[in-house]
Amino acid sequence: MNDYHRVMIRTRTDAVWIAAFALLVAFAVPWFLWRNATVVAGLPLWLWWHIGWMVLASATFYAFARGGAWERGVDAGVIRRG
Amino acid sequence: MADLGISLGVVVGYLVVALAIGLVAYRLTDRSAEDYYLASRSVGTVVLLFTTFATLLSAFTFFGGPNLAFAAGPEWILVMGLMDGILFALLWYAIGYKQWLVGKANGYVTLGEMLGDRFDSTALRGLVAGVSLLWLFPYVMLQQIGAGQALVGLTDGAVPYWAGAALITVFMVAYVGLSGLRGVAWTDTLQGVFMLGVIWLAVGWIATVGGGVSALTAGMTDAAPGFAALGGGLYSPQWMIGTAVVIAFGVAAFPQVNQRFFMADRVETLKRSFALWPVLVLLLFVPAFLLGSWAVGLGIEVPDGSNVLPVLLTEYTPAWFAALVIAGALAAMMSSSDSMLLSGSSYFTRDLYRPFVAPDASDAREGWVARVGVAVFAGSTFLASLFVGSGGGLDTLVTLGDTAFGGYAQLTIPLLLALYWGGTTEWGMIAGVGSAEAVYLAHVFLPMPTTYLTWDFALWCMLLSLVVTVAVSTVTASAPAENAEKFGVGAD
Repeated sequence: MNDYHRVMIRTRTDAVWIAAFALLVAFAVPWFLWRNATVVAGLPLWLWWHIGWMVLASATFYAFARGGAWERGVDAGVIRRG
Repeated sequence: MADLGISLGVVVGYLVVALAIGLVAYRLTDRSAEDYYLASRSVGTVVLLFTTFATLLSAFTFFGGPNLAFAAGPEWILVMGLMDGILFALLWYAIGYKQWLVGKANGYVTLGEMLGDRFDSTALRGLVAGVSLLWLFPYVMLQQIGAGQALVGLTDGAVPYWAGAALITVFMVAYVGLSGLRGVAWTDTLQGVFMLGVIWLAVGWIATVGGGVSALTAGMTDAAPGFAALGGGLYSPQWMIGTAVVIAFGVAAFPQVNQRFFMADRVETLKRSFALWPVLVLLLFVPAFLLGSWAVGLGIEVPDGSNVLPVLLTEYTPAWFAALVIAGALAAMMSSSDSMLLSGSSYFTRDLYRPFVAPDASDAREGWVARVGVAVFAGSTFLASLFVGSGGGLDTLVTLGDTAFGGYAQLTIPLLLALYWGGTTEWGMIAGVGSAEAVYLAHVFLPMPTTYLTWDFALWCMLLSLVVTVAVSTVTASAPAENAEKFGVGAD
């Protein structure tokens, strides 16, 4: 694998993270359940969505923090080199 | 009066524990400003998580939020999830992690200091500190008012308002003045754990006496048929999105929260905090706001000027438990206010006193001014809180405190540009922050529309800060001494 391929893979990974964060923001409120009053197991269905979504957000953030995109996002290498 | 004794005992016991923690922290704190304000950037995951969390939670979590869920339905949980769980977490990474890196490399303690150095501009440093203090002062005052009222409610007026507010203020000044951030962060951790524990106990208690979660929700939908359905009433998409965005961006520039961005000991701490954050938000806000909404089905009547949560707990739980929850609310107010006092003092001493009044003050003198600053700041907000409502000009302060999040949100987009766009200039920053704050203040105080095209004016002001910062930066040149490369944005 040469440098060109590495850069391409990184760029693609970074784009996937940006898309994942955009999805997390966009569906933090389940717009597709708007005016839906279904109650499941004692709580509104949209509240179950919220509970699942926050757990998913934690899992996504955990995965993001483990990968290389965490450092690239803020140009950490440049700051450390000074 | 046995109940009064129990209530006061719980509250005083709690205050004494907080002070004791402050004293232990004092013994470990040296005299340098970095140690006093940032605990020498040595804070680990548990303490960082809980101090940020407890600092974010004010009286609103226990009083305002449940009141809103009681009046308008539980959808407020979703607004808080988007605002704090997701948007704030992303800003903590984008702004907070970068601030931590450049802060560690260059020794920054405050936001104004960092931006001032980035653009080699004392004027920008002073502007950021001045704007921040303008919104901070009334916000601290509102917390003291809340604490005073909570004690009046708890003791049925046996402790008068002024005495309650004074008691809280004196305790805060004592442990903040003595021990600085280390004491604040440790008491915050105690307060955060305490609040979480108490709110889940409250849910368990109410669910047990109310016949279970299903029965509580059924009672809620019988009494207020619209509450189970998502949206409706107050909750329009524009309102939910606008509130979440403005408050999340505001929180990131609130001095006591922004300063926490500098405190972590190492990058793993930030990574863990980032990953745990949404779950922590979930654990506190769902029970707190559900209690407010369930109260509708339990036929709770909230008198004017009271809050739903204490009324609900007094009705359904023994006095000592209701007192514990009020102590939890006091903890929430104190953990926000103590951090605000400390950050306010650092903004004042480092970004206003040192550069503009005494450029050659020694470190020891700065440390002394900082401690006196905490006491003067707390004393002034306390005095102001006594005179609010008596018809003087001080009611302006209440308006300022109520609109503080929007005021801080006007700093956040220029801050993001300064951190990520090499083309940002000193004049772009000053014009962007200055114009957005001016237009925002005009909307707060003058008879102007509260929405444009159905979206909140604070959002439009944020857009203005973006447009003006970019436009003015484009037509002005960077000063030769600007330090974009320190921020990793030099190469463009």
